[in-house]
Amino acid sequence: MTDPASVVDVELIAGTPGAAPGGVSDAGRSAPWWLWVGALTVLLPVGLPVLFLFLRAAGATDAAWDTLMSIRTVQLVARSFLLTAVVTASATAVGVTGAWLLARTDLSFKRVWGIVFAMPLVVPSYVLAMVFISATGPRGLFADMTGITLPHLIGLPGAWLALTITTYPYVYLITAAAIRKIDPALEEAARGLGATPTRVFRTVILPQLRPAIGAGALLAALYTLSDFGAVSLMRFDAFTRVIYAQYSGRLDRTPAIVLSIVLILIASVIIWGEQRTRGKGKYFSRSVTRPPTLYRLTGPQRIAATSAMAIVAGIGAIIPVAVLVSWVVRGVRAGSDTSVSWSAVGGSLTAGTIAAALAMAAAIPIVILAVRFASRSTRWLERGVFGLFSLPHITIAIAVVAFTVRYTRPVYQSLLVLGLVYAAMFLAQATSAAKAALIQVNPALEDASRSLGRGPIATYVKVTFPLMAKGLLAGGALVFVTTLKELPATLLLSPPGFTTLAVRIWAAADELLYTRAAASALLLIAVSIVPVYYLSIKPKDALDT
Amino acid sequence: MNDPLISVENVSVSYGDAGALDDFSLDVAQGSLVALVGPSGCGKTTALRVIAGFQHPDEGKVTIHGTVVVGNGKDVPPEKRNVGMVFQEYALFPHISVAENVGYGVRGADRIQRVHDVLKLVGLEHHGSRFPHELSGGEQQRVALARALAPQPDVVLLDEPFSNLDAPQRERMRRELRKILKGAGATAVFVTHDQAEALAIADVIAIMRDGRIVQFGIPDDVYAEPVDPWVARFLGDAILLSGVVQDGHVATILGSIDTRLPAGSHTDVMIRPEWISPRIDPDGRGKVVDREFYGHDQRVEIELPGGERIEALVPTANRMTVGDRVDLEIVDAIVWEKK
Repeated sequence: MTDPASVVDVELIAGTPGAAPGGVSDAGRSAPWWLWVGALTVLLPVGLPVLFLFLRAAGATDAAWDTLMSIRTVQLVARSFLLTAVVTASATAVGVTGAWLLARTDLSFKRVWGIVFAMPLVVPSYVLAMVFISATGPRGLFADMTGITLPHLIGLPGAWLALTITTYPYVYLITAAAIRKIDPALEEAARGLGATPTRVFRTVILPQLRPAIGAGALLAALYTLSDFGAVSLMRFDAFTRVIYAQYSGRLDRTPAIVLSIVLILIASVIIWGEQRTRGKGKYFSRSVTRPPTLYRLTGPQRIAATSAMAIVAGIGAIIPVAVLVSWVVRGVRAGSDTSVSWSAVGGSLTAGTIAAALAMAAAIPIVILAVRFASRSTRWLERGVFGLFSLPHITIAIAVVAFTVRYTRPVYQSLLVLGLVYAAMFLAQATSAAKAALIQVNPALEDASRSLGRGPIATYVKVTFPLMAKGLLAGGALVFVTTLKELPATLLLSPPGFTTLAVRIWAAADELLYTRAAASALLLIAVSIVPVYYLSIKPKDALDT
Repeated sequence: MNDPLISVENVSVSYGDAGALDDFSLDVAQGSLVALVGPSGCGKTTALRVIAGFQHPDEGKVTIHGTVVVGNGKDVPPEKRNVGMVFQEYALFPHISVAENVGYGVRGADRIQRVHDVLKLVGLEHHGSRFPHELSGGEQQRVALARALAPQPDVVLLDEPFSNLDAPQRERMRRELRKILKGAGATAVFVTHDQAEALAIADVIAIMRDGRIVQFGIPDDVYAEPVDPWVARFLGDAILLSGVVQDGHVATILGSIDTRLPAGSHTDVMIRPEWISPRIDPDGRGKVVDREFYGHDQRVEIELPGGERIEALVPTANRMTVGDRVDLEIVDAIVWEKK
């Protein structure tokens, strides 16, 4: 669903989670109006319906309010909180431990672990859910192949495992980036003063990592709350699944809208918390020039650590791929339909391309405003971008459906609206990457171009864009891949007859047709690997050198 | 004098990235090389950016070639001002070649010829196909200068042009820059915090403090006759004393100094180290307590009978050693009425 890691990651790489530093060209001049028009073309059509959702709720029927106040809703909130809490706790434990083992111990094969440990980033949560459901239980793949019945992973335990695997890489990446910024001299000083390695971790490393861990944990919580694919396949009635059922099962959409609002409010609290934690990132020292002294694992510790890494990597990356491959093999042997639907591939490519193109086009004016004309209003603009990125997709989709049905019927379930929704939801990925690139472009270059007789547009075209093109394209690639994996907005907003790989996988898995879903899932994973590897693993290596 | 080429009148900027301007005025004559010099934060870079059009002033007017470019409700954008600029870190476009950088602002059929001519002027005619990052700091600076000169601007503005060069390069580039600008017949304004640089190459220097110009004139005059103790100290070493006027003299620890100020005035007296001429004299009032030898001259620290120490800059021919007793002659001094 939301894929915040990519954004957070790019932001961390750029080292600019807050406002842009003073690259102030045209000081004392206000931004040209056409930049604002460009900046709002994607944001407004999707942002407005979300605001309208609240107006709709004000005029909701008594029945809808009854839905809200019913015991069912209370249980729903409790279930979602329970899932969010357990997933956040386990994802944080796994992510922080992994980050520390890889950054500060002499664990063997760290380079390999580093890649395998981040691998689950490329596996959508619903694919993991499908893998776990189909492999376990009395009729699962594992029982079929070995005769040993594993407990069936479904409901809360299944959702917990799938979402823990999906979210821990975010905690891991953020924490690992933060550990790298801790000056090793502090640890050495503590050791020199007689502290044991455990005490150093507890009293020196952990306090410095607290903001990063907090940010990672909140991100995991937000993701879990927003996830639709895994909970729906796991038949776990979390908010998103109930909203979808309310929406698709009834003519009256008001209950779905009311529940969406509740979900938005809960998510807003988490977003607010995440923003507050993020601001403390400044505590890290940033100029670490020396590699740290690595903690030497003892024999038993090494075995324990290696097994733990192997189990997590196995569950998160190796088993899913193996299970998917076996389903394809079985399907082919049984002569059932394992083919990848070309119309779904075409739909995915169309969706991804439109989303990436719109997001890149909208990102350009937004980052120019944010970096070159920073002001109170541009900060609100950026907040809007991150707000849409952080909200559960199903709530945005419900908002847009409710709005288009009522006010703009002709474009209801049109490719245009779907593309705009994708672009708006993932705009933050494009703007983060483009912003990081633009900050690198010295504003004096633009001044130089202006003083040499070129107007503002010619200057952007000839100087600014060529220099930020790489970052912008990287952002576009992220939007493309994230769009490929998107599920709830696609389900609610697709034009009739339009389908994507994600929808095919989810629908087949929902009907327990695993052989039909497996090949598409493998294709989806394969497509995601390239940009995720490039953006989240390679740049960190670059940081190390 | 003819009408100035650039006229900045009563410009105020309440906040710029490099300091504010407060009722700032400046005239630049055609063909002259003007230095804006002052400590960091005095507003000198802001003044440059106002002329170039990158900073919009709150108040005031800028005229170039008789045309108002900002003020009176007008605001000509930077690209229409015909002002060349050399940026502090050169701001060469990293994605295009040296020749393309230089040709960026040139249009018309003779573009290639013009690029060649300007590159030749700065001595880089064989570097056109290189990229900026392949050049040394000094070469990059010459490219930046060539790029600014290529469109034949009315005036070239240079922001701390030597700050990114190391000391030996800086001195060479100073002379070269002056030669190139004079060779091109260009009018130029450059900003620096280094008073030695300003004194060395400018035709006219303007000393800035707190957003306005406190003194304006040819380097020799400004150095010899600073308007106040602050300017005196900013431009070079200065010994500052004070005293009250009596009978056309101010009595100081260095002796009595002539002045035309009326009797009873409280004064500040400034003497430059090279205006003190010590002579070895066994009965002298002062005693040499320290000496630094520079080759062409020597800095001598002299202790006076009251225990005060002053420094004098003395030609090497007049050799001094620590422990020598000296008599002091004051060659020149400036006396201001205390404010």
